[in-house]
Amino acid sequence: MSDAERTRPAASPKPTLAVWKFASCDGCQLTLLNCEDELLAIIDAIQVANFTEASREVVAGPYDLSLVEGSITTPHDAERIREVRRASKFLVTIGACATSGGIQALRNFSADLAPMVYATPAYIETLRTSTAIADHVPVDFELRGCPIDRRQLLEVISAYLLGRKPRVRGHSVCIECKRAGHTCVMVAHGTPCLGPVTQAGCGALCPSFARGCYGCFGPMETPNTAALSARWLELGASEGDLVRAFRAFTAGAEPFREEAAIHDTAARDTH
Amino acid sequence: MTQRPETRIKVPVLARVEGEGGLEIVTEHGQVTEARLDIYEPPRFFEGLLRGRRYTEPPDITARICGICPVAYQMSACLAIEDACGVTVPAPVTALRRLLYCGEWIESHVLHIYLLHAPDFLGYESGIHLAREHPEILQRGLRIKKAGNRLMEVIGGRSVHPVNVRVGGFYRAPDPRDLRALAGELEWARQAALDTVAWVAGFDFPDFSRDYEYVSLLDPAGYPVMGDRVASSRGLDIPARDYDKYFTEHQVPHSTALHSLLDGDRTYLVGPMARYSMHSGRLPEAAAAAARAAGLGASCDNPFRSIIVRAVELVYACEEALRLIRQYEPPDPPHVDVPPVAATGYGCTEAPRGMLYHRYRITADGTIADAKIVPPTSQNQRVIEADLREFAGPRLGLPHDQLTWQCEQAVRNHDPCISCSTHFLDLRVRDRAAEHPGPEVPLA
Repeated sequence: MSDAERTRPAASPKPTLAVWKFASCDGCQLTLLNCEDELLAIIDAIQVANFTEASREVVAGPYDLSLVEGSITTPHDAERIREVRRASKFLVTIGACATSGGIQALRNFSADLAPMVYATPAYIETLRTSTAIADHVPVDFELRGCPIDRRQLLEVISAYLLGRKPRVRGHSVCIECKRAGHTCVMVAHGTPCLGPVTQAGCGALCPSFARGCYGCFGPMETPNTAALSARWLELGASEGDLVRAFRAFTAGAEPFREEAAIHDTAARDTH
Repeated sequence: MTQRPETRIKVPVLARVEGEGGLEIVTEHGQVTEARLDIYEPPRFFEGLLRGRRYTEPPDITARICGICPVAYQMSACLAIEDACGVTVPAPVTALRRLLYCGEWIESHVLHIYLLHAPDFLGYESGIHLAREHPEILQRGLRIKKAGNRLMEVIGGRSVHPVNVRVGGFYRAPDPRDLRALAGELEWARQAALDTVAWVAGFDFPDFSRDYEYVSLLDPAGYPVMGDRVASSRGLDIPARDYDKYFTEHQVPHSTALHSLLDGDRTYLVGPMARYSMHSGRLPEAAAAAARAAGLGASCDNPFRSIIVRAVELVYACEEALRLIRQYEPPDPPHVDVPPVAATGYGCTEAPRGMLYHRYRITADGTIADAKIVPPTSQNQRVIEADLREFAGPRLGLPHDQLTWQCEQAVRNHDPCISCSTHFLDLRVRDRAAEHPGPEVPLA
């Protein structure tokens, strides 16, 4: 029996779930279908009312729970997200695109091209920037990651069904890495790592493969990016390396955006 | 009721495909005058974003083009950059790449067979609806899918955007014990894949065939997964580095993805049907026997039967994974050094949906000066539209809802990944003083 059945009266209708896609790779909504052991229990506890990638059937809103993947990159999508918000009682953004603008937000950092850039031929209507869903509408919960972690997604859905707050921590990858008993790649091998400023949730995957974290879950709460940058420079990284490290999969997240800008200026000064 | 002068089939939002697209068929006087696969997925301009980045970054960045086939992007990117730098990786690295790729073929093919395509044949709106009446069928599919995902997790850390792939090889070679521990479940998956072939072979298929020109890689290791030659069923046989001399891309108003043509005017098909039709003779006996039992000949020209071909490839991917695990020797070191060279490199691999081409020009200091990516779905757009035209033409008398559903199915035959197809579109800069479009300018 699923958790939901235990807590809801049998006669009450199931809550409805809608999954929405904006500019993205489909990987975060795929994570829902990758819950192979839990998928049948999920569809038992919740009515999948609107999930285009999985079903032709569309049940009219409003929806109890909306999962939103992707960032806003077109005028049409900037409108559509408002409709989604209106149709959703509880809206959760999933993944780096929805929570920070994603890798496609790299386009935001070429302001000097702005007035001149457009598609040729001009069939495509596109905004200058790629932005997070929360820049457009109020969001009830943000789940980080590029891609999101399957266990965290299950936690968010379970918490919603049980009417409690999801247990998703804002601490750094370092905590997860220590708990897993991995050797610190930066201390032991001098490998630059974004773990100290990146939010946990992936299971400290990169250090487990002897690789430095590349920040795909975005900034942790209160990250000390300046101290980490100083350490990277001591390890031999260049200002340009720091710009690229912070300006990647969550380039639009504020602490990373600001830190990248500092090193962008420094890199230009040295040239 | 007045007779309508024209039938218009319009599906504004195609379900059960990866990404955002629609289809539209317009008829006049009983003839199809227009059949379009509309792709309105917002472009993400990957080729522009790559310019100015380090030559080591494309495996991680281009993986983000598609959450369903990230390994395909990682592999084509690695091959292209290693080609530019004049490095050939050792055989154990290539074998481990192939093993990782098997995991991706498994999870991607199961997703399409069980969750996206089979519901059409059985009259269900989705795999979820199918599961309400036949939970054991979806459970079987999900368990095979899990076996593929687990293989990707052991090698790559996770199945969506694996973290262990790098130019030159891997960050860490998986422990042989961890891979051998997967063999039992993969044996089960192999049998379940054979059952899948038998299951889908029993579906009703419309009587419909097309005279396709198939294109796939030639792979020295066997059934095509990775290779350095591109061949067609009509005699093309070229090195991957000559791809741009033969294949050209064109922009059309109704799609944010470019259409691809061979020799300037030929429509061609990539993907499982192309691989199977050109290389069925290279399948191991168990997969070949399953194909024969399912009624497939040496080639397949009915796109609705592609679901059987995909199931046969599922058997192949399980078999190949088991073979590679048995022979696994951890590459030592797990990667070779790839110092940057000022050159252009080319890489082609077989994504689950077909051939995926990458090209990078890098500078002596390792900066990417130019990138080009041609995903399988953009190559198949023309074929999909031609299928729609020829399929709908003789069936315009069918009830509207039925024909609409069958046309959707005709699109899903090719498992289009619209997220992939769109993202290579580039932004250009026009010099307003000049009449013609100017050079492409890097965005990042």
